[in-house]
Amino acid sequence: MGEEMSSKPYVREIPKTTWFLRQARYKRYMAREVTCIFIFAYTFLLICGLGALASGPEAFSGFVESLRSPLGVLFNLAVLIMTAYHSVSWFVVTPQAMPIQRGEEFVPGNIIVNAHYGAWAVVSLIILIWGM
Amino acid sequence: MSERQIQLEVLRYNPETDSEPRFQTYSVPCLNEWVVLDALNYVKENLDTTVSYRWSCHMAVCGSCGMMINGEPKLACKAFIHEYGDQIRVEPMAHFPVERDLVTVVDDFIAKFASIKPYLIPKEEKPVSAGEYKQTPAELLKFKQYTLCINCMLCYAACPQYGLVPQFLGPAAISMAHRYNQDSRDGGRDQRQEVVATNEGVWECSFVGACSEVCPKHVDPAGALQQVKVASTIDWYKEHLMPWVKK
Repeated sequence: MGEEMSSKPYVREIPKTTWFLRQARYKRYMAREVTCIFIFAYTFLLICGLGALASGPEAFSGFVESLRSPLGVLFNLAVLIMTAYHSVSWFVVTPQAMPIQRGEEFVPGNIIVNAHYGAWAVVSLIILIWGM
Repeated sequence: MSERQIQLEVLRYNPETDSEPRFQTYSVPCLNEWVVLDALNYVKENLDTTVSYRWSCHMAVCGSCGMMINGEPKLACKAFIHEYGDQIRVEPMAHFPVERDLVTVVDDFIAKFASIKPYLIPKEEKPVSAGEYKQTPAELLKFKQYTLCINCMLCYAACPQYGLVPQFLGPAAISMAHRYNQDSRDGGRDQRQEVVATNEGVWECSFVGACSEVCPKHVDPAGALQQVKVASTIDWYKEHLMPWVKK
């Protein structure tokens, strides 16, 4: 170890901006990461809504009206799809990050994943009922 | 036994004469049950004795013959010819400097591996007369999967983060740290955390997951790294929010 074998090892450079195009698994990773931008955009929209609410009833009704516009609906739909993709791509890897050992055996991964889907459904349901 | 003519494209680089690597194609009569390593051995024995590559056990145990086969990090002894078309391209493992042909310089990995203290550091010294360190099957199962690592470095060849940030401690080294940290006989976690829970340690990992997909022994290094992140985060909260609690 440590002894140089040759004086001239060749270093193959990685393309700094296009590296993820080399393999399908890198593209899937990028899709998971990039979809979080939509969550950021929606959070920004919520802050705008809060701002409108603070400005008075007229501003708020204008904000609600803009949400009902075709562009507003399209934006919400895009966010829903991207957020769902983002969430699912994280749910499938949860058994790797948080294995649960019961006695000698590990709890099967699909139970951990399904527990996340279950929690997601319950929270969504509570929000839906609350909002109605 | 069926035979098939394969065009084997091999990356060649001779540090004494070449300024950069080039591909050389060999036409190899392959038996269907051969692996890529057999094809390389055929080239070495019959066509070109100058081709350099590492191998030893031919049974996915020694971890020597890792290389890129059609762009995918694989053990050449575990990559069956019948899974490929008539053209197979072999290159040295990505993200490592090329020493010669398919041989890479792996000093960086060896140094990183040593830095995580990959051995048992008992909580307290015990005389031999005190008897053995006992372990239950459940305690063994907690880390057994990580002991299967053969240091083939395919996870480093798959990890884009290691390719972009060569200082990254990397999947195999951190998984091995996790293996010893999880061992009920070990008390060396604090020492390993000094190397592991750093920006260039586990926090350089962005969980691409490629390491686990290519691991020939199903060690799941990506899983180990995420568990190390969770444990390190808990450490941080304990230290900053509950300084009175001893780790």
